[in-house]
Amino acid sequence: MTTRAYAADTRSGQALLSVRDLSVVFQRHGEQPFAAVDGVSFEVRPGQTVGLVGESGSGKSVTSLAIMGLLPARGNRVTGVADFDGTDLLKLSSGDMRDRRGKDLGMIFQDPLSSLNPVVPIGVQVTEVLERHKGMSRKAAMPKAREMLDKVGIPDPDRRLKDYPHQLSGGMRQRALIAMALACEPRVLIADEPTTALDVTIQAQILQLLGDLVRDSGTALIMITHDLGVVAGLCDEVNVMYGGRIVERGLRHDLFAAPRHPYTHGLLGSIPRLDGQRGEPLIPIPGSVADNLPWDHACAFAPRCFQPIDVCRSQTPGFVEDGASALRCHNPVGSPHGHTAQPDHAEVNDQ
Amino acid sequence: MLRFIVRRLLQMVGVLFVLSLLLFIWLRMLPGGTVSAILGDRATPESRERLTKALGLDEPLYVQYWRYLKRALTGNFGASTGVVPGRDAFQIFIDRFPATIELSFFAILIAILLGIPLGYLAARRRASLFDNASVIVSLIGVAVPVFFLAFLLKYFFAVKLGWLPVSGRQSNIDATRVTNFFVLDGLMTREWDAAWDAFKHLILPAITLSTIPFAVIFRITRASVLEVLDEDFVRTAESKGLTNRIIRGRHVLRNALLPVITTVGLQVGGLLAGAILTESVFSFPGIGEALASAFSHRDYAVLQVLIMASAATFVIVNLIVDVLYAVVDPRVRTR
Repeated sequence: MTTRAYAADTRSGQALLSVRDLSVVFQRHGEQPFAAVDGVSFEVRPGQTVGLVGESGSGKSVTSLAIMGLLPARGNRVTGVADFDGTDLLKLSSGDMRDRRGKDLGMIFQDPLSSLNPVVPIGVQVTEVLERHKGMSRKAAMPKAREMLDKVGIPDPDRRLKDYPHQLSGGMRQRALIAMALACEPRVLIADEPTTALDVTIQAQILQLLGDLVRDSGTALIMITHDLGVVAGLCDEVNVMYGGRIVERGLRHDLFAAPRHPYTHGLLGSIPRLDGQRGEPLIPIPGSVADNLPWDHACAFAPRCFQPIDVCRSQTPGFVEDGASALRCHNPVGSPHGHTAQPDHAEVNDQ
Repeated sequence: MLRFIVRRLLQMVGVLFVLSLLLFIWLRMLPGGTVSAILGDRATPESRERLTKALGLDEPLYVQYWRYLKRALTGNFGASTGVVPGRDAFQIFIDRFPATIELSFFAILIAILLGIPLGYLAARRRASLFDNASVIVSLIGVAVPVFFLAFLLKYFFAVKLGWLPVSGRQSNIDATRVTNFFVLDGLMTREWDAAWDAFKHLILPAITLSTIPFAVIFRITRASVLEVLDEDFVRTAESKGLTNRIIRGRHVLRNALLPVITTVGLQVGGLLAGAILTESVFSFPGIGEALASAFSHRDYAVLQVLIMASAATFVIVNLIVDVLYAVVDPRVRTR
């Protein structure tokens, strides 16, 4: 993929969606409150693709659901600001938010089959968004729905309008979901693991499609994924999340060239590389999120880190911003305390 | 689809044939018998023998069955010996069937019109007071014996308060008969008082008969809606900013009702069991009451016709449900 036209102005310009200090605390009756998202801030500009990367339980999906206002009505507390073009989405009433979803903010989900209504034809599932937000009749919306299916690369759209989800292939289902999310030309699109349930070849097609759509329409794209390959192919800026907080931020090239947080480093080290030595072992990150320390007075990642120092277990690392990049780490990779022999990730794994 | 329906109807013929054989043997193995039922205990051996011979019950079972089958294929199911002595058994079925259909229709209507909305509301307000209360009520609905409830309703609303008639299908009024569905007849002939009267006679039996189907439909709807509410496509619908009305109707209910349709079908099939008790308590002249009466008279001909007809109804209702299912669920259609 070539460098996109928007890449230049992603570093400047007005943010379209600005998330500041977003926290989501889940509290079930009689249980300890649990902060799934803990002070997350990031921005996305028109035409920019921002990645939220992390493993299961890092809080990336909860972040997106909170922005969309799709968290369950009870059992959680959302604080912070999600400034969308001057409006704080988190302060909107549920009715006002409903007016925005599908119109200003679109979302696509991980599993295209279960995310589509099995007993409603694809065409109706596309037109219902247009009927809702554009005040079109079903009849008037059909040609537009057909156009959307065509635009996302679904062959024979006339037939597919009448088809049911089970009659489509996995890739086509995801394309249909994208068509629904983009029907009203939202200015922000949130893609939550959009390629995880798809074949590798289809994954590439869908990423290509999303990339093209963002470039052509200037949509701001928030890409939520655990897959650094997706990030490498699509994102301008990457936010690596761990334990509900952003631990590293950087432009794609910088981050891949020189990951500074040991977690980012570990994520990169656990991807198989075609240009690596044959038989070279993958380096997994040991342990799981269950080992996390509380952020209150430690680094949550410390138990799984390959180069922890004493302060990692006694003090919360601050979030230090430096231009486009930012880091939350006491002992970054390549710092004086760090290991001398570092695995080399100097090459950007560009697609 | 047509092939599917034809195949199922052919299967039904097989089912009915096997059932007719088993039923024939089983009925004749029941203690007592037609002769004792007609003549009583103090009849002389001679008169018993004469009647046995006259009814053809002295011959070996397979001969009796063969004769029965041959006649049945020409539409002759024998004469009643007890319910309405001498009347053609099939005619008794024809006389009684509309009453039971009418009763069952209203009962299932009540069960559906209450069960589905309440089940949906209970699911939407999971763990609320309303949810808990309606789950308990539905449990009571299943647990209370039908005949007990029947007596209770009859005692309060018919005997004590006198709001509704105690028994029967219609008061002794002059009403024109067209279809033998009394309410429908009254509406068709514009004899409003006759329709209203027949309707009033239906209320208590229909409520009684509806309790179990209501409770089952309610619980299945509730469970099904709870399941669908957690589905990804409901979240997708929310992410599109659709109105609550569309999300509830098109996305939640349409999917949640699939298992409910199956349940309604099974409940319709099972209504006859409840109808036997309900019709007996309310002296409602339908199939159920005729069955009870035929049993006590050991009226083989009538029993055979009624049980076979019930079985056929059950199979046909299930066929309708399967066809309906294919209509609402596109995944079944293409399979």
